[in-house]
Amino acid sequence: METAVQTLVNALMQSSFTALMAVGLVLIFGVMRVINFAHGEFYMAGAYVVFWLYAQHDLPFFGAVVAAMLIVGIIGLLMEQALFRPMRDNPLGGLIMSVGVLFILQVLAAVTFGVGLMKHIPPLYPGAAPLFGLEGVAVPWQRLVAFGIAVVLLAAFWLFLKRTRLGWALRACAQDREAAALQGMSINRLALLAMGLGAGMAGAAGAIMAPLVRVYPYIGGPVIVTAFIVIIVGGIGSLEGAVLAAVLYTFFHTFVATYLDGTIASILGLVLMLVVLTVRPAGLLGKGEKV
Amino acid sequence: MRRSSRPWALGGGLAAALALFCALPFLVALYRLDILIFLLINVILAVSYRFLTLAGEFSLAHVVMMGVGAYGSALATKEAGLSVWLAAPLAAAFAGFLSFLLAFPLFRMKGFYFLIGSFAAGEAIRLTWNRFRDPFGGPGGLVFIPSPEIDIPGLGHVDLAEPRAFYFLTLAIVVLTIFVFHRLERSRFGLTLHAIHWRDVLAESVGVHIWWYKTFALMIASAFAGLAGALLGHYLGTVNPTQFSLHIMLFVLVWVIVGGTRTIVGPILGVVVLTVVDEGLRGLDEWRPLIYGAILILTVLFLPRGLESLPAVLREHWRAARERRHRAPLGGEPPESDRPPP
Repeated sequence: METAVQTLVNALMQSSFTALMAVGLVLIFGVMRVINFAHGEFYMAGAYVVFWLYAQHDLPFFGAVVAAMLIVGIIGLLMEQALFRPMRDNPLGGLIMSVGVLFILQVLAAVTFGVGLMKHIPPLYPGAAPLFGLEGVAVPWQRLVAFGIAVVLLAAFWLFLKRTRLGWALRACAQDREAAALQGMSINRLALLAMGLGAGMAGAAGAIMAPLVRVYPYIGGPVIVTAFIVIIVGGIGSLEGAVLAAVLYTFFHTFVATYLDGTIASILGLVLMLVVLTVRPAGLLGKGEKV
Repeated sequence: MRRSSRPWALGGGLAAALALFCALPFLVALYRLDILIFLLINVILAVSYRFLTLAGEFSLAHVVMMGVGAYGSALATKEAGLSVWLAAPLAAAFAGFLSFLLAFPLFRMKGFYFLIGSFAAGEAIRLTWNRFRDPFGGPGGLVFIPSPEIDIPGLGHVDLAEPRAFYFLTLAIVVLTIFVFHRLERSRFGLTLHAIHWRDVLAESVGVHIWWYKTFALMIASAFAGLAGALLGHYLGTVNPTQFSLHIMLFVLVWVIVGGTRTIVGPILGVVVLTVVDEGLRGLDEWRPLIYGAILILTVLFLPRGLESLPAVLREHWRAARERRHRAPLGGEPPESDRPPP
């Protein structure tokens, strides 16, 4: 019983980070039609910014998180400007560009911070909060803080998309690029915005997770795989679908990993994705795009 | 006119390359032979990968298919006691068969979906090797894989664990691979694949069963990848799941993209040039992926058809420059008929 409750809580926390990653990936895909392979490296970069500013230079944790968002967001802007823009009509070109960036960011992190030692970042709030008065069910404070930040960011992003003109423009562009351009929206500017936001959110995800995991240059790998599974299951291009799939998949994965085995959970997740692609290519909430 | 002379040029070039590759093992130090053997295995991988992309789909499972061959052949020799000469082709065939099964879900998809789907399938297979210690050996993989041996009349018993002998075995398989894929591409089958790439709906409307053609291409390419994997396993004597991870797949993608996919020469050029670059970077191992990434980005930006198009691009550049010099005083644009066909 306690294990079950604990697993439930863990899954809930974890799903917020997964959603933060997936939403950015979906936004970038929607607006620019590019699958960004370097998204996991954005996450890694965010974690390293926190390591650098917070663990090495004693800046306040929240300041480091904001800095991570900004720095990674700027990496995203530069990528869009220099690499994705010339590839606008060549979706595979954009993907290949992002593979190049993936290699470059990994090496930069490894060379700057060293490969061998995994970086452990001391949590801001040590200790754990007991939950529901159950013994054996506890959530580290740091995890709760990270969960809070993730939820706030997701809510802010959602409000931005639904309530502001710029958010409308982004959604319009994701729905139909040509029509949006005909309405006078600048595709290049919207792409910059999408890339900045998507990268920033991935950076934030890495930043808030940094004290909870060991940081090393290749942490992006498993993260991007999870994000791919989530955006496919949710229906590529659907933001609500991505959030829903993030929650469902993370619960599934956490429970299988707890009760069976982590690798089996990943294998089942990949098979699940393959099944969704085969049976319902539009995903849970996708708009039935022809595959 | 230039076109008709080209097959000869190509044939001559290939013969020269073959002569060079036959001479190389006698010219380099023995430890460098390792690099040459890996280069040849990578040529098989890249050439078969390019064939797979002829129909327009980029798979991310190719390196895993190589792993299927490596694991299959290793298990067949170790557990079932088969001879390497039987086990390797069987393992290659099994890789082909496995990709036939995967074609059922995968070829319902196109573009991104195919790319991601093939990744999912491959990664699931790879994680299976990682997870199940019995029989795959888990993260540590399989060790003590026997090397091929042969009795040649006159030469006696030859153990192909000896690098120079193994090199020639690999070279022979590379030549076979290039020959097979070259012929396949020129055949009706290969031309149909091209047709599917450019106009799939039109091809279907004239009676081409797209699924079968794509599946055949995938099966043949995977079988050769499996053969490359078997070679790798029997040469190294060990296989493990990290040898076939997404990272390695991305390297294959880099070779093929940097080399170019228009002709069979492209991927070979990509492997050779990047291996030479690698060797130039000895001691800078940790920078290697960065340089690969930079080369990849620069190629896609400035030489989108890959290294193989470099001579044509340069020729065009010089021609244009010469024309500017000669014609600028007259102020005339070159006539339409002088321009190369697009």
